Parts: sequence; C-alpha cells; structure tokens
Amino acid sequence: MQIDAAGKSFLQLNEEICACLKEQITITGCNGQRYIGDGLDKKKISVYGTAGNALGAYLCGGEIEVFGNAQDAVGDTMDSGRIVVHGRAGDAVGYAMRGGSIFIQGDIGYRAGIHMKQYQQKQPVLVAGGCAGSFLGEYQAGGTIVILNLKEETAAVGNFCAAGIHGGRIFLRQKEPPADLPQQVVARRAEGEDRQVLLPLMEEFERYFGRLKAPVDPGDFWVLTPNTKNPYRKLYTSNGG
Amino acid sequence: MFLREGEERIPSGCAISGIFSKSGEAIGGETIIHSISTMHERSNGLGGGFAGYGIYPQYKELYAFHVFYEHPAAKSACEEFIERHFDVVNLSKIPTRKHPAITDEPMIWRYFVSPLPTRLQDSQLDEREFVARCVNRVNHTMKGAYIFSSGKNMGVFKGVGYPEDIGEFYRLEEYAGYCWTAHGRYPTNTPGWWGGAHPFALLDYSVVHNGEISSYDANRRTIEMYGYKCTLQTDTEVITYIIDYLVRRQGLTLEEAAKVMAASFWQTISHKTPEQQQEETYLRCTYGSLLINGPFSILLGFEGGMMALQDRLKLRSMVVAEKGERVYAASEECAIRAIEPQLDRLYAPKGGEPVIVRLNAGAEKEAGTACR
Repeated sequence: MQIDAAGKSFLQLNEEICACLKEQITITGCNGQRYIGDGLDKKKISVYGTAGNALGAYLCGGEIEVFGNAQDAVGDTMDSGRIVVHGRAGDAVGYAMRGGSIFIQGDIGYRAGIHMKQYQQKQPVLVAGGCAGSFLGEYQAGGTIVILNLKEETAAVGNFCAAGIHGGRIFLRQKEPPADLPQQVVARRAEGEDRQVLLPLMEEFERYFGRLKAPVDPGDFWVLTPNTKNPYRKLYTSNGG
Repeated sequence: MFLREGEERIPSGCAISGIFSKSGEAIGGETIIHSISTMHERSNGLGGGFAGYGIYPQYKELYAFHVFYEHPAAKSACEEFIERHFDVVNLSKIPTRKHPAITDEPMIWRYFVSPLPTRLQDSQLDEREFVARCVNRVNHTMKGAYIFSSGKNMGVFKGVGYPEDIGEFYRLEEYAGYCWTAHGRYPTNTPGWWGGAHPFALLDYSVVHNGEISSYDANRRTIEMYGYKCTLQTDTEVITYIIDYLVRRQGLTLEEAAKVMAASFWQTISHKTPEQQQEETYLRCTYGSLLINGPFSILLGFEGGMMALQDRLKLRSMVVAEKGERVYAASEECAIRAIEPQLDRLYAPKGGEPVIVRLNAGAEKEAGTACR
C-alpha cells in the first residue's frame, strides 16, 4: 500500500495510515508531517522524504524505515520495535525510550537518549553512525547508546555527556574521553565483554546502511557508565558513606 | 477585554524561517510564504510576519517607515512629527488585499524619509541614533501610532493571523529581496495586537524569535539603563535592543555579541584555549546582564546579512542548509525542503554557535538594483 504525503496535513496522512489494513505501508513525498507511526504495533512503514517531529513516538512493536532525514523527537518514549533512518535526526532522539532499537545513519542532535531506561528483557538500543550533540544520555537510567563517529571527528559528542547518568552505558568512538565528564561517570576503554555488545550492533548497522568503508575496532570506543560507588553522595544532600 | 501587548506578558512557542542569497539574487516574497506555511502547526493564528531586505532599491538611501495607526488622529499627530524631523520623499498606504482570515487591521502606511539636515545637526547625534530616537519617541508617546519598521532598503510586514495569510494580505509576491525572514507565532494568550507580532525591528535590525527567555527582566532592567524603553514585554523586543546596543553602540562584532547573549558556561569556558578563555571571560564579565537565559532561537536580519543563533543549551530546534549561493535556516527541515528539495548541505548548529552569512563582495550593488 502506497500513500503519497505531498501536500497533506499530518492529520490527513495519519488518518490514512491508521485506516490502512495492509501490514506494509510506503509513504512517499513526506515533508515534515508529524506523528508518523506513533504507537504503531504490527505494521511496517517506509517513509521517503523528511519525516516530521515525534516519528514513532510510543512505538509498540512496529517498524519504521526512513529514506531521508528525521526531525526532532524520533522514538520518544518508544516501548519496542525498530526505527531506521537513512540520514540524520534532530534533537531528543530516543527520549525516555524503554525498549526497541533506533539506528540513525548520520548525526543526531542534542539530548539524545535522555532518560533511557531498561527492565529485564526491555533493553533499548540507540546507534548513530555520525556524532551526537550535547547532553547525550543525560539522566540515563538504562539501555545502550553507541556513537560510531564514522567521520572520525575529534569529539564524537558535545558537552555535558552522561550528566546525571545512573544506569546503562554509552559507547563513544573517539581518542580521548570527553573532557567535561562529571565525577559520577566512569570512562574506560571497551574490552572483552563490551565486544559482545558492540559487534552485533555494528553488524546490524551494516545490514541497514551497507558495509563500513573501513573496519571499526571495538577497542576504539570509550565506555561510559555510572560510578556505582554511591555516585550521587553529597550531590543533593549529605547521605552518608 | 484583552489587555494590550505590554500590559501583560505573553509566553510563546513559534516557527521561524529565513532565506539568504549571498550573490544578492532577488528572491520573491512568495518563496518565504511557502516555507513558513509548512510549519503551520507551530503557530496558532495569533501572529505572523516577515522581514525583507533589498526590497526598496529605488529608495535605498532613504529610511522606510512602516506605521500602524489605530485612528485618524494618531495619523495626523505622527505625520506632523515626521514632517518636523524628516524630509518625506514618498508616502502611501502599504498595498494590501482583502483576506478572509485577516480582520481588524489598523491603517498601515509607509513613508520614505531622510532626516532634515538642520534637525539632525541641532541634535548633535549621528544619523542612525537620531532616527532610532525619533522612532522610540513616536512609539512611546503617541497613542495609536506605532512605527514597526524603520530601516533602509528593508521592510517588516506583520500582523495578527497565520503567517501565510499575513503574507498574502501584504501581497508579498510583489516584493523581491536578497534576504527574507519569517515568523509564525504561538502565544498562549494574546491581546491580538498587530504591533506585538514578529519581526521586531529597529533601524535595519530585525529579529524573529522562537522561545521564551527567562532572563527577560534582568535584560530589560539593564538595557533600559542605556535609554531603551521596553514597552511590549516581549522577548523579541529586548533581544533587538541588546543587539542594537552591543553591535551599533558598543561596536562589538556579531560573533562577540553572540558570545555575550549565548555565553558558554564557566565550566565549558574552562576547557577552552587560553585566548578563548580570556576573550569569553572578558565578554561575560563586561556584559553579564545581557546574557540571555532560557530557550531561544533567533534569526537576525541586518543590512547585507543574516545571523542565526540559539541559546547555549539549544532548547529550541533549528537547522541550517546551503544550496549554491543560498543559505537557509528554519525551525524545521521541512520548511527548507519545501522551497529547495535538493540541498548541498544541511546541519544543526550547536547551541550558542552563531551562523552569520553576508552578501558576497560586489553583490551589494546587485542587491540594491534588483527590482520587480
């Protein structure tokens, strides 16, 4: 089933998507229509053009693939399913996501993966092939963020990375760890067990976007995790230790 | 009854879009209307407006005053004031067309003027300061008269309505210029006054703004010490005055002004090179009260250029794109793709990182002569 989005309001486009009984929907001529695939459970949607804000918010098992860029708030609070973007994405990618996976071919904006969380089998994953803006993984509570930095910029991420992190992990591919990491974050080189996490994700990235131009060594990544020794002791109040 | 702009404070979220031709190519007003209309959901019909640069080449040496009048008495009083201070070369109603969505419009007039040499000489002010003070005087002392545009070879067109309707109302397709900015407003509560719409302009500076600054009162108190009067209680007004003060009166570059308005955190400054630390510390210390806090993304139009700037935390979205000699900036990518589907480059500037574009050397002349 194909829907041409050209000239349609987000309301009209989403009504057509909801009314469609087919499992596979292709949207052409998309330019900024919001809320595509929000709360989607079974369907698979392919989008050609620029997907608007809140693409795949509350996604619940559905699959979305964008051939173009995505604007802000991709996968906001998504629960499960997969979003693949053949381009860049704006701010707040994967905000508070609690399951499923997001793969972005290029850069992602500010505040990606803020307050991601995890519980038992719900293990959200956010992978970006480019760089990330500031506040990556701020208040992160769970899940895995991978910044591949395939263009090999000096800094794969902006300022205040992992501020307030208290769960999950961030993989950053750059020579040195960010200079402004707070004391509550531990940075170490990726090793043994980390490879088991990174390699399947990089293989999956290649499945969507084609083989990487040069091999990426898992040893090139820094892993950021919360300092588990009561990291926020005395941050807000004197709580012993 | 609604209170007027200035009698209450109106928070708003908005849409902005801008186009700039570095080669000075004349871009028709319909292009910017098409761009801003794609972000219809970001406005609520209570304010829209445009600024065009290079649109009055036949009068490029004259200040173009665009004025709202609420009643004929205000018009007589204001015209008398203008005639006492300026040589009026041309005056007319600004051409508009009836539009079903645009109602209750004020009288809208345009004057092409130059300061009377004797008055200017007596004032002992430079010409721009003289003009700025005259504009301020009308706006603050003459009830029912409001000069909302006062630059050379540029003009602001704004009102209450969705921006695309405002653009049609003002027949913007009849104008062409090297730069356009646009604004769609989303105030949560509005008195619906035409003067309160964006862009806000003084001389050739015009600002469209998406955001809600939290430092408004600190900024206002500071800027009022230097003779500005903030009457609208809008963020945009205070931002325009800050830029005018820093750039025109203090002689800072736009890059330096950006470092004042969207200064880095001390913690971030501490990781920079010694030269950068020295410069940014100096600017933060000297102009600390002009730091703009809270979410904002703005487009500043000025003679021969445009600047895009976001707050240091980047609490609002903005993307910038390039295609040949044209530069685009907008709250959402779709507003750019709508008018240029194939781009050479598209990126998101960092918080506090100004993007400044100017006419190429030699393009000023072309921009000045472009006309429809």
